[in-house]
Amino acid sequence: MSYRISDWKIIWVLGVGYSGFRLIREALRGHRGWGPAWRSPEPKARYDALIVGGGGHGLATAYYLAKNHGLTNIAVLEKGWIGGGNTGRNTTVIRSNYYYPESAALYDFSLKLYENLAQELNYNVMISQRGMITLAHSRHDLEGAHRWVGAMNANGVETRMLSVAEIKRRIPALDVSPTARYPVWGGFMQKRAGTGRHDAIAWGYARAADRLGVDIIQNCEVTGIDRGPDGAVTGVQTTRGAIATSKIGLAVSGRSTALAEMAGFRLPITTYALQAFVTEPLKPCLDVVVLSLSTGTYLSQSDKGGLVIGGGFDLYPSYAQRGNLPAARRVLAAVADQYPGFGRVRLLRQWAGAVDVVHDSSPILGTSPVEGLYLNCGWGTGGFKAIPVGGTTLAHHMATGRPHAVAAPFSLERFSTGALIDEAAASGIPH
Amino acid sequence: MLRITCPYCGPRDELEFRCGGEAHIVRPGPPETVSDEDWGAYLFQRQNPVGAHHERWVHEGGCRQWFHLVRDTRTHEVIAVYKMDEPKPEVPE
Repeated sequence: MSYRISDWKIIWVLGVGYSGFRLIREALRGHRGWGPAWRSPEPKARYDALIVGGGGHGLATAYYLAKNHGLTNIAVLEKGWIGGGNTGRNTTVIRSNYYYPESAALYDFSLKLYENLAQELNYNVMISQRGMITLAHSRHDLEGAHRWVGAMNANGVETRMLSVAEIKRRIPALDVSPTARYPVWGGFMQKRAGTGRHDAIAWGYARAADRLGVDIIQNCEVTGIDRGPDGAVTGVQTTRGAIATSKIGLAVSGRSTALAEMAGFRLPITTYALQAFVTEPLKPCLDVVVLSLSTGTYLSQSDKGGLVIGGGFDLYPSYAQRGNLPAARRVLAAVADQYPGFGRVRLLRQWAGAVDVVHDSSPILGTSPVEGLYLNCGWGTGGFKAIPVGGTTLAHHMATGRPHAVAAPFSLERFSTGALIDEAAASGIPH
Repeated sequence: MLRITCPYCGPRDELEFRCGGEAHIVRPGPPETVSDEDWGAYLFQRQNPVGAHHERWVHEGGCRQWFHLVRDTRTHEVIAVYKMDEPKPEVPE
């Protein structure tokens, strides 16, 4: 818990924080006192550390470098606008229902940070722990679910099995009849799972990092990584000039391979398009996140009322940030089959992000083959839930030179030692 | 939706095909001479290019033959199609 009275007093006195008091004060002054939430500085010639990628992970890394480790002469380089990549393209689900102890420790660490993030950042990130139900559609799904629930509880992540009657009561729109196309055999629920507001998480971290002195530089694409005679990084070339540094953190998800290539090494990553969909707003009709094991689709209802729908990715490599109809049809047909009433709801938007998929569906965290270059990639289709832990662990490694305890098992070396953490099944969707 | 020209059946809809990933991966060997690093690279590392990608596809819903194609990963444009035993065509980056 990072909430401290003294922090709030300072914010209060300065009148720059967000609070009810501030809102009233600004309302009385005609809202003329709201400044930009972060600066737009020109890049300096040199920084102590650079973060490439201004998504949730990059911004969180900058924030924790400044807050936990006192490194403030640092910058985040973003080729477009912050939060415009996968952070702005996901389905905002936050959960820690993984199978292996390493994953449980990692993702639950993240969930715990999310639980207090609004207070930590003084920004309403709209974390809604509405719970997530995973549906089993066959005897085999149900056996898998029992095993999964056992593992989660053994790992200290509370969860419990649900009967069909409980599921019916909690998700009235779901077809649980014996003649359903995807019959429901049962399921389980992680109560602490839920959703967050993706833009707010990027903006909240950006604002908090900026206030600690971090430069957030947008429209600044990294075009090359400079290395000295000893092989260590010495800086980057960007579309806004050269910037010197001795430490670089990469948090660029689907673009990780391209950045690694600039530094002269390869990664076990393939980039795919992952689509998501949102429907027209409906009255409140779904108050949990639901994941269907057999179809790999998941949905929740946003605060605006739209159903936010996701599923498996398009099954060929892509940087297009655009999905195709066969994958869309698979996902939407499954939703229409499971929730007959939703079949007539119109889609408002459809989009895709470029996700960095790894063979064992676990992230790659820590050092790279290049001295001074640190990795935070391979989150695949599930990076959003891991933003706080991705930032914490990358910042820890860059500042101390040692891996954070929860990140240590996820090093790049596992692809030559064979110590994979294979969450392909337990992640619940076809990564 | 992609339109892919199967070298055996002609142009068909994407729905009939499945992508089998990167083509032309050479298995190192003999096994006892291959280091853990090289074996890991063979198993897991991929080109994953931004641009022309040489990949395997199978006409699953048709003739069920495997073949190669070159596709731009930025636009999904199919640049070239060639059979399994044909040499890798030269394509612009």
